[in-house]
Order: sequence, then C-alpha cells, then structure tokens
Amino acid sequence: MSYQTSIWPLAAVLISLIGSIPIMLSDRNPNLRESWTILIALGKVAIVASLLPTVLAGGGFEFTIVEVIPGVPLALRVDAMGMFFALVASILWFLTSVYSIGYMRALNEHAQTRYYASFAVAISATLGVAFSANLLTLYLFYEMLSLSTYPLVTHHQDAEARRSGRKYLTYILGTSIGLALPAMLIVYSLAGTLDFKIGGILSGTGASSQTLALVLVLFLFGFAKSGLMPFHGWLPAAMVVPTPVSAFLHGVAVVKVGVFSILRVIFHIFGPEQLLAVNLGWVITTLASITILVASMIALTQDNLKRRLAYSTIGQLSYMILGAGMLTAAGMTGGLLHIAMHAFGKITLFFCAGAIFVAAGKKYISQMDGLGRRMPITYLAFFFGSLSIIGMPPLGGFISKWNLVIGAVSSDQLLLLLVLLSSSLLNAAYFLPIVYRGYFAKAADPVFDQGIKEAPLFCLVALSITACGSLALFFYPDIFLRLARLALFS
Amino acid sequence: MDQIAALIIAKYNYWIYVTLMMIGFYAMIGKRNLVKKLIGLNIFQTAIILMFVSAGVKKGAKIPILDKHHVMEHGVNVVDIVNPVPHVLMLTAIVVAVSVTGVALAILLRIYREYGTLEEDEILEKLGR
Amino acid sequence: MSTSNLHVYVMAAPLLTAFFVNLVGRVSKAWIAPLTLGCLAFSSAASIIVLGRVMAYGGFSYTVGNWQAPYGIELVVDHLSAVMLVLISVVAFIATMSALKSTSQELPDQEYLFFTLYLILIAGLLGLVLTADAFNLYVLLEITSITTYGLIAMGKGRAPLASFNYIIMGSIGASFYLLGVGYLYLMTGSLNMADIAQILPTIGGGAAIATALAFMLVGLWVKMAFFPLHGWLPNAYSLAPTGAAILVAPLMTKVTIYLMVRVMFTIFSVDLLFLQNPAVQNGIVWAAALAIICASSLALAQRDLKRMLTYIIVAEVGYMVGGVWLANSTGMTGAILHIINDALMTLCLFLAIAAILYRLGSVEFDSLQGIYRKMPITMAAFTVGAFAMIGIPPTAGFFSKWYLLLGGIEAGQWGYVVALLFSSLVNAVLFFRIIEIGYFHKDGEHHGHEKLAEAPLSMQVPLLISATALIVIGLGSGPLVEKIIKLALPVGF
Repeated sequence: MSYQTSIWPLAAVLISLIGSIPIMLSDRNPNLRESWTILIALGKVAIVASLLPTVLAGGGFEFTIVEVIPGVPLALRVDAMGMFFALVASILWFLTSVYSIGYMRALNEHAQTRYYASFAVAISATLGVAFSANLLTLYLFYEMLSLSTYPLVTHHQDAEARRSGRKYLTYILGTSIGLALPAMLIVYSLAGTLDFKIGGILSGTGASSQTLALVLVLFLFGFAKSGLMPFHGWLPAAMVVPTPVSAFLHGVAVVKVGVFSILRVIFHIFGPEQLLAVNLGWVITTLASITILVASMIALTQDNLKRRLAYSTIGQLSYMILGAGMLTAAGMTGGLLHIAMHAFGKITLFFCAGAIFVAAGKKYISQMDGLGRRMPITYLAFFFGSLSIIGMPPLGGFISKWNLVIGAVSSDQLLLLLVLLSSSLLNAAYFLPIVYRGYFAKAADPVFDQGIKEAPLFCLVALSITACGSLALFFYPDIFLRLARLALFS
Repeated sequence: MDQIAALIIAKYNYWIYVTLMMIGFYAMIGKRNLVKKLIGLNIFQTAIILMFVSAGVKKGAKIPILDKHHVMEHGVNVVDIVNPVPHVLMLTAIVVAVSVTGVALAILLRIYREYGTLEEDEILEKLGR
Repeated sequence: MSTSNLHVYVMAAPLLTAFFVNLVGRVSKAWIAPLTLGCLAFSSAASIIVLGRVMAYGGFSYTVGNWQAPYGIELVVDHLSAVMLVLISVVAFIATMSALKSTSQELPDQEYLFFTLYLILIAGLLGLVLTADAFNLYVLLEITSITTYGLIAMGKGRAPLASFNYIIMGSIGASFYLLGVGYLYLMTGSLNMADIAQILPTIGGGAAIATALAFMLVGLWVKMAFFPLHGWLPNAYSLAPTGAAILVAPLMTKVTIYLMVRVMFTIFSVDLLFLQNPAVQNGIVWAAALAIICASSLALAQRDLKRMLTYIIVAEVGYMVGGVWLANSTGMTGAILHIINDALMTLCLFLAIAAILYRLGSVEFDSLQGIYRKMPITMAAFTVGAFAMIGIPPTAGFFSKWYLLLGGIEAGQWGYVVALLFSSLVNAVLFFRIIEIGYFHKDGEHHGHEKLAEAPLSMQVPLLISATALIVIGLGSGPLVEKIIKLALPVGF
C-alpha cells in the first residue's frame, strides 16, 4: 500500500486544538463560542470525509512531523483502520456539540468555556490516536487525551468530582506510565522501531513467547481506557460528569481510544499470525470474556441509569477485544465493526439519559416509571439504542455481533459463543425493562402527568440522528465494512 | 610488631595526616557546638594541606629558589630542590579554606544574634517552640 | 576579540560584571538590572557561537597566561562542555529576569550584594565546565560553593543554619575531592586531566588509583546530593532567597553531574571504571535506584511545594548517576540529555514558585487552593513543567526518561528501570495533588470570583519562555541527540 505525503492528516488533528483558542477567547459571548464549536466540528468532519475516498480506494496519507527518537518519528498516517475510527469520532463529536448546546444551557452549567475548550482538545487527541503512524505517537495522543479530559471529569469541582478525578487519573495515568510505557520500551528494544505494520513488527525478532506474553499483558492492562477488568473502576466513577461528556468521551472517544490502541497493538505490532504461532489468543479472549460477563451482571444491579450504561459499556468494549483475540477473519472484522456500531448505539443511550435528566431531573431508573409516555421520542431512541447494543436486527449492532458469532464458530471456540449469547441475554435483561416501564408502568411521580415535556430541541435532534444512524448502519454498513476489511486484509 | 612500627615510622607523615583528618571528621560530625564543628572543619582541611606539602619534601633538598647564573652553568638538579608545585597548590587551598572559614564565621554570627546560642541542640529546641 | 578565546569571555563577563554591580549598585539600584542582564545576554550569545564553532571545527582550548599544558591551566571546550556552557548561561539569563523582581521584594537594599555573589556563582559554574585541570576544578568548585553558602544565608529564618550545615557537608565533599586529586598527583605528578589520563595506563598502583577515584566520586556525590549524602540539600534550597533558589536549583546539581562525567571519562577510563570492576558498577546503579525510590518517597511526605521539589531534585540526581553508570551509550545519552532537560524543568517549576511566592508569600499546599483561577498563566506554565517532570510526551522530560529506561533495559538493570517507573508514578501523584489543590476551591468558596492576581510581566516572561522551551526541546530531541549529544558522549561510548 502506498501512502502519499499530505498535510491534511495534521490539519484534521490540529483544527480543534487550535480551535480551542478562539473558543477560549469568546468566553463572554456564548453564541459566538458555540458557533465556533459547531464550525470547527463541521470543518473536522469535512477534512476527514475528504480523505475518505482515497482510503477506500486502497490508498492513504502520511505526514512526518519530526523525528524524535532514532527510527521513531512523530508521524501521522491515515490508513483504513485509522480512518474507520476517525470517521466515527468526528461525526459523533459534531452531534455531541449540538447536543451539548441544548444540555449545558438548559442546566445553566458553570465554566462552559472551559468545557468546550477541553472538549476540543480531547477530540484532537482522539483523532491523533486514530491517525498515529507508530506507537510513540499513539502514546503521546493517548496521554494528551487523559490529561485534557481531567477538567471534564472534574467539571463540577465538588468533593465527588475530586474523588472521581483522582480515581480517573490513578487508573489511566498509572497504567499508561506503569505498564504501557515499559511495554513500548521492550518492543522498541526488540524491534528497533515502533511503526505500525501489517503483520506486526515483532515477528522475526527472536523474542521468546514468555516475553511476548508479558508484553501483551502489559499492553492489555496498560491501555486501561478500554475498561478491561480489573482496571475498569474509573469508568463508573467518571459518570459524575455532565452527560454529553459521558456520552462522547465515555461512550465513544476515551474508551474506544483504549480499545483502538489495543487493537492496533494486536494487529500491527504483534500481528495475528505471530499471536497464532505462539498461541496467545486465549489470553486476550479469556480476559475479555470475564470482563463481558462480570460487567453485564453488575450492570443488572445498577439503579443509576448512567452507571448502568457505564457497566454496559465496559462489557461491550470487551466484545471488541474479544473479537480481535479470536484471531479469525470474521472475529477481527466483528471486533473492529463493533467500535462503530456500539458508538452509535451507546451515544444514543447516553443522550437519552441526559435528555431525561434535563427534562425530568431523574437519575435513577426506579424513578422513571411512566416517563416514556411524556417523552416518547426520547424513549423510542432509547429503544433503538438498546436493540443495537443487544444485537437485534434491524440495527447496526447486529452486524458486528453476527460477525463475532461467526468468528467464534469458525475458530471452534464454542465457549466464546456461549459467552456472546449469554451476554446478549443479559444486555436485553438490563435494557428492555427500562423501556417497558417507561411506556407502560404506572407513573412513579405524579409530576410526570403535569409539566414534563421533551428535552430542548438541540438535544432531541442529536439523539434522533444518532438513533437513526444506528438504524441506517444495519442497512448501509458498507463504508465501515469496507474500511474494516481494508484495515485487516490489504 | 617491628614491621608495623617500621611501616608507621617510614610513612609517619601520612599517618599524622590520617589521624588529624579523623579528629577533624569526628568534630564535624560528632560535636553539637557549631564553632567546634567549624574548628573540626579547619583541622580536616589542614590535614589535607599537610599531606600535600609533605608529599613535596625531599631529603636534604633546598627551597626552590634558584640562582640564575648557577642554573645557566650547571643546569637544575631536581634532587636538590623540593617540589614547589604542592606548596603553590596549597597556597590556593589555604585561601579557599580561609574563605570558607570566613563565610562560616559570618553566618555563625548571624545565628548567634538570632538565637543567642551556638549549641545546635538549643537552637533546634528554640526552633521547635 | 578572536573567536578562539570566546569561551574565556563567556566566563569572564559575569566575573568582571560582578565587581561593577557591587560598586555601581551601591550608588544606584537602577544599574543592577541592565548590568546583570547585559553580561548574561553576552555570555549566552557568546556561548551559542562557541557551540556553533565546536560543531563546525571540533573542540579547542585556551591556555591561561600562555603557560602551556600540562604546567599551565587549560580551558578546554569540547562538545559536552560547549553544550553545558549554553545551558548554564541561558538558564542563568532566564532565571535572572525573575530573580531581579523577587530579590527586590525579598531583599530590598541588599540587591547589589546579592547580585555580586550571584554573578560570581555563574562565573564559577561556567569555569567548572571549561577547566581541564583537576586542581583548578577544586578551586572553582569552592568558588561556586562559597557564593552559594552566602546566597543561601541571605534567606530568612532558619536559612543561616541550613547554610552552615551546607558549609560543613560541602567542605567535606570538596576536601574528599581534593584528597583524590592529591593521590593522583602523588602517582602521576600531573594535574592536567588529559595528561593524567595519558600517564595512568603506564604506571601500576591499582589500589592508590582506585582510592583516588573513590575519594573524588564520593566528594562529588556529596556536592550533588546523591542519596544518602543529600541531607543538606532540602533545607538549603528551600530556605534560600527565591532569587537564589531559581538559579541554584536547576544548575548546581546538574553541573556536578557533568563534573562526575568529566572526571570519570577524561581522567579515568571506561576500562578501569566498568570492565575491571563490574560489581562496583552494578552496585552504583543499584544505589541510584535506591536513591530514586527513597527520595521520591520522601517527596511524598512534604506539605510545601518548594520542599517537595527539593526532594524531586535529589531523586533526579539518582536518575542521572544511574544513567551514567549503566555503562552503555543509550544510558549515557539519557543522562546527558537529562542534564539539559532536568535543568530546564527545574527552572520552569522554580520560576513558577517564584511567581506564586511573589503574590501569595507562601507555597504551602494549603495556600494554593483555587490558584488556577487566580494565576492562570503561571499555573499553565507550572502544569507544563509538572508534565515534564512526570514524563508525559511531548515535553522534554519524556525523552530523556525514554533513553534512561531503554539504557536500563539494554543493560538488564531491572531494578533501575522499576525505580524510574516508580518515580514517574510518584511524580504524577505529587503534581496532580498540587493541580487538584489548585484547581478546586476551598469549601464554601464555591464558584467564587477571586480577583486575578497574576505575577508581574517580568516574572511571567521567563516562565513562559522556559515552559515553551520544554516543549520545543522535547519535539526537537531527535536532532538534539543526533547532532549534538551523540558527539558529546565521552570517548568510548
């Protein structure tokens, strides 16, 4: 595959980083500030989309910023896998920005400028991870994302925010410095490079299978943003943040960056053949399976809607890792596809949770009985999102889960099939009752029969679009499917 | 026993300097009075100066002040003069030692004005309050 | 003024200006700032030219009074010392901008005294880097130390006592070094480093040479506060006047590390140091690992930002000593790069402290609550410095840590690798504790709009320069290592 040198990948990454400056400068004029945000988000989508045709045609772009360590430059490269993630992230950031305007204004949140500016930096880091050409660049943007989201996690600046901010950094920074960094150094000292290459860079270095296993485990736990148990505790704790942050960062950007990093390492540092040769796939699938089942069961017990969504996310993230760990064509495709499918589904669910909070002020599921009759659109969107996560047709989630099931069958690992099926049942068990009780149960609060209406228009538009997106992905998954295939088999 | 005695006597200058150094070191570490610490430091530095100077000594040699005509006729016989370099070095070292002592005394003066004592224990006690 | 003497002028400029500052400064305060800044600007520019010359034509030397080596005193510039010259003069220049302001607040009417010592200290540091004579090195070491004693003693409260303790410890260190020089002189009859290095292989006397090396190393370790010989440093640096701390904290320990490298590889040989005594080499790396872990843990116990940083300095000394003793070129590259980076990181953090002290008068943790809102620019720069200390890319601190870690892995020194990672994590805890305190407010003052109290511009500018430098040096560390540091590695690497 040939890559043409182009400045556009850098532009795609930097536009929102630089854009955070006008956002900060228009502190006193909220309308101007939000116009900037929307403008930058649109610009970002446009740049990413303009790169798409070349990537779909089997090409790509690269841009070397500066060589910082012999053999390891800071470099960006747009390949199919990066494009896949960038496309999801930039589209959803735009929708989240729209949603944020409705949500933040309705709740009259403080420090909104800091909020939008941090958000812009975070999305830059996310695209940076997507477009990284090597592990060092990825690590740089990974850390940048961790740090730029700290002000978002601690947005409310109260005691609870302080606690969860502390937990967030302990898990995320602790693992990335303590585990991922040494793993990266070991890879560098073995291979002399950190470049992402199809087929991996560790084959032929003569590393023993023990070393490889150690490095693999260090990476799996080192990128703790993926929520792999036992390093998942930050995610439920981070749910104290404003809902758009949960929706975008803890449904899409931050957590998917973790998964994406792990997938990059599996596909382009180790290479599936290498992992098959030394038979390490079981390490990945075992860890992922445990996380899937345990997280789904914990989700059942949560009454706080956002916490339930958080545990659901932890479980779903491990689907992607599980798919990659199967090391079969269908499994890996399914894992990668699930990044997109889950993103659209989960962001819808978070948007709905936020809309419910804005409109009715409710956080707990047990207090939401009968609310669906007052907020029918929101609840319909929630229903769509749930079906997508469960993996029911006709929603996007079905496609990725179907691939995962085929992957499990084709690798003769029927135990994994069992994991997938039982988790889907659990997903249904913790999502569908919410919808059912929303529409049909007796109103929990007499207030529901009086003044409650749907959430502000900005919120409603955003969540409707993502719900429809989830639906559309079932019928037109072509772009993502082609990108996934290009990423894995070109 | 004789051997040890011979060893000590043959290199008595080094033994003296080692002994002096240990005395100085003990005073610096062991004494609680700040002036005694400073005196210890001086002894310590003097010991090193003695070592250098004694290293330049040669038996029966004269001071290294040479007569111009004598040198032009007979050249220099290095056995006849002591090595001047260590002496010169130690002049500088003495200057350094004096400067350190000066600064230290000035600081001690400030400490005394502030706390009214130069006993380390008493100062720490006052600071503790 | 021929360019082959330029490195002498780099050192001479602050030395001569020191006397003018003392004389003119008595009469009028207004002269101090232009004189000090002017001579340091000259030194910085000249040292950059020297570096350029060394890059183009290689090292060169100047013989004082035209007395030829090995009898006369030689001032030598090679790649490593040229880099150090630039580092010292530029750091001093940046630090001075801020020091002028904080000194006028803390020591009114004593500025001419302060800056006399200050400039002599800088001249001494520059001289240390240049000298090629083992005894001359001792004298310059004492010049820097004596001026530092004086500067520290100008602080308030317990500062004289801390300074006195430093005098005792510092003099022991210097005397040990002098003893080592004495042994070498007795064995070789020479004081010129290159000359000694030539003579050493031709004579026997392994024990005496080893003793000399041991005395010199221990002496320098005391001076650089290598744990557990660090006892004097935290008090001395945290009680010193702010203006002095800004200069001394970034440079003093780092220059002493340079001296260790100089003594180890210009006088002695890789063969003697590493190959003949692998157990010693191994032991020192372990000692460095222990130093890192202990100093980092001690830093955790501090409740004052300045004191916390002084313990971090002690830990960083362990980084560099370990890096040098890893005995491979990656570790050595890391150590030298870390000399540069650590100087700049410490500078950045101390400049931030100076700015905070100027406004708040205290850097205890309790008084830092809500400071992000009060001093956003200062704290933004502080945050960059903190990230560099933790080692987050693309700040400079990450890259030197990268080489040190890689060197540790290549040498199989896992204890050292673990210690470095541990210290990075501890630094993360330490700095995020500060960030958390500064970012959140006192209970009850929620969402309050305190008055903005940014530091004066003359303190913000150097702070922002140093913070920017951390990122620029980080991004440019590839060329920096390839084009400069690779050439500055001692012979044999």
